[in-house]
Amino acid sequence: MSGIAGHGWLTLLYKEVLRFRKVSLQTIAAPILSALLYLLIFSHVLEGRVSVYGGRVTYTAFLVPGLVMMAVLQNAFANSSSSLIGSKMSGNLIFILLTPLSPGNLFAAYVLGAMVRGLVVGLGVFVVTLAFNPQLILMPHPLWALAFALAGSAILGTLGMIAGIWADKFEQLSVFQNFVIMPLTFLSGVFYSIHSLPPFWQALSHWNPFFYMIDGFRYGFFGVSDVSPWTSFAVVMLFCLAISATALVLLRRGWKLRL
Amino acid sequence: MTDVARRFGSVQALDGVDLAVAEGEFFGLLGPNGAGKTTLISILAGLTRADHGTARILGHDVTADYRFARRNLGVVPQELVFDPFFSVRETLEMQSGYFGLRENGAWIDEILHHLDLTAKANANMRSLSGGMKRRVLVGQALVHKPPVIVLDEPTAGVDVELRQSLWGFIRKLNRDGHTIILTTHYLEEAETLCGRIAMLKAGRVVALDTTHNLLAQFAGLTLRLAASRVPAAWQPRILRQDAGVFQLRLDSYAELETLLRALRDEGIAIAEMALAETDLEQVFLRIMKNPDAASVPLAASVGVPQ
Repeated sequence: MSGIAGHGWLTLLYKEVLRFRKVSLQTIAAPILSALLYLLIFSHVLEGRVSVYGGRVTYTAFLVPGLVMMAVLQNAFANSSSSLIGSKMSGNLIFILLTPLSPGNLFAAYVLGAMVRGLVVGLGVFVVTLAFNPQLILMPHPLWALAFALAGSAILGTLGMIAGIWADKFEQLSVFQNFVIMPLTFLSGVFYSIHSLPPFWQALSHWNPFFYMIDGFRYGFFGVSDVSPWTSFAVVMLFCLAISATALVLLRRGWKLRL
Repeated sequence: MTDVARRFGSVQALDGVDLAVAEGEFFGLLGPNGAGKTTLISILAGLTRADHGTARILGHDVTADYRFARRNLGVVPQELVFDPFFSVRETLEMQSGYFGLRENGAWIDEILHHLDLTAKANANMRSLSGGMKRRVLVGQALVHKPPVIVLDEPTAGVDVELRQSLWGFIRKLNRDGHTIILTTHYLEEAETLCGRIAMLKAGRVVALDTTHNLLAQFAGLTLRLAASRVPAAWQPRILRQDAGVFQLRLDSYAELETLLRALRDEGIAIAEMALAETDLEQVFLRIMKNPDAASVPLAASVGVPQ
């Protein structure tokens, strides 16, 4: 019996990874292509017109970490949310619920599975965009970048899990994605430095936890950021703890999973 | 299960169910749609939580001690559900892995063999027929060798040949010591397979006894009579009425003469007539029509038979 917890959740993690690997064209290649298109279009239109970090960084170079982090976040969210809603809709979630896996086991497997997809896509975007900015490989603080990528993917994987548990149909998930995740991501500084915004929008951006994930991640690439990486990390970790605690409470109560 | 109750909105799905199934039994759970069978199974499996009462599997509470309870239970769900991303073997391997079982390939091969799925082991679940998907569901329930197996309508949509082979396998598991709890709408299956049967109606156990006792309790005959009407005195004996065909309960062959005389006296012409001994379906219909007809005191029969 001692093996129940140890191996069981690893199998669920393996299943989550295998699931997106089996449709990698859709889950890995497509988001990398999308990020590449963003880079080509935005850098072509805005290069030389937008000054970031006082001109120390070109706009194209500035854009790359933003796009990488956006890919990490969106794909982490997509993995856990689509897996759960798909299993709920088709009814095969019962095979997970019938097992001795604890709420903690389910949380670990779904969130880690989401993190793997987010990080794989993010790495793919980074590798492809290196062709345009080879100097980015020489990032001054790679551990900061890694820390924010891990924390960001964990947060979005957890949010995806909550959304997947909450939603009863794909339409509701789409609402969550389009009205919560997408605005928070696009208004977080992926495409701009918040110092280029009017004061009101700058202040508002500080209430967006996604801003800290992207700003901290960018610090790893350039050694400069809109706020201190320590501040960003503290905000991100607090958010991560709060959202994880919420997900664990929902799982423990069996909310919308066990009637 | 002790005093288990569950309400969904205005519907009392289970209303104080007391039930005990002995280790090694082949137990039938019968009832019309909406009687509470699936809710009862869901509570055992931890998919639904009881408002009241306790449920245990081999002594393990399904809520407080859920890990051990679920380890001891295999459930074949009623709905034909599957994960379209995976093959049959992957599905079984992963289900095995969720229970913490490594190196379970030999047992998975045996399951595939007994369920006649070996040739389809590497086929994607989407490509299987309904009957094959149903057999994979059975395989998933057995993959961790649970001592207690619950089969919720396992033969719905399965053809006769496959049904026979499936029951052969389930019987073997029962002989090997597995406890089987079966719900089915095929009452002849329950009559043949189950040693003991509980009947549920509106969330309550209305009959609980051995199959033999249930049949003996309602020993008698069923007359199928095609006629324009039935004499007034025989109206209470009608079990079922469908487009001029009546099913009547007779206590003995001697009553047949009495009925024929009544039909003659009232000038009712017989278009067709057939007589059969009571089977579980007749018992079921009688109990569902009049739950008080189950004369075996439930309180005495709730426990496990000695």
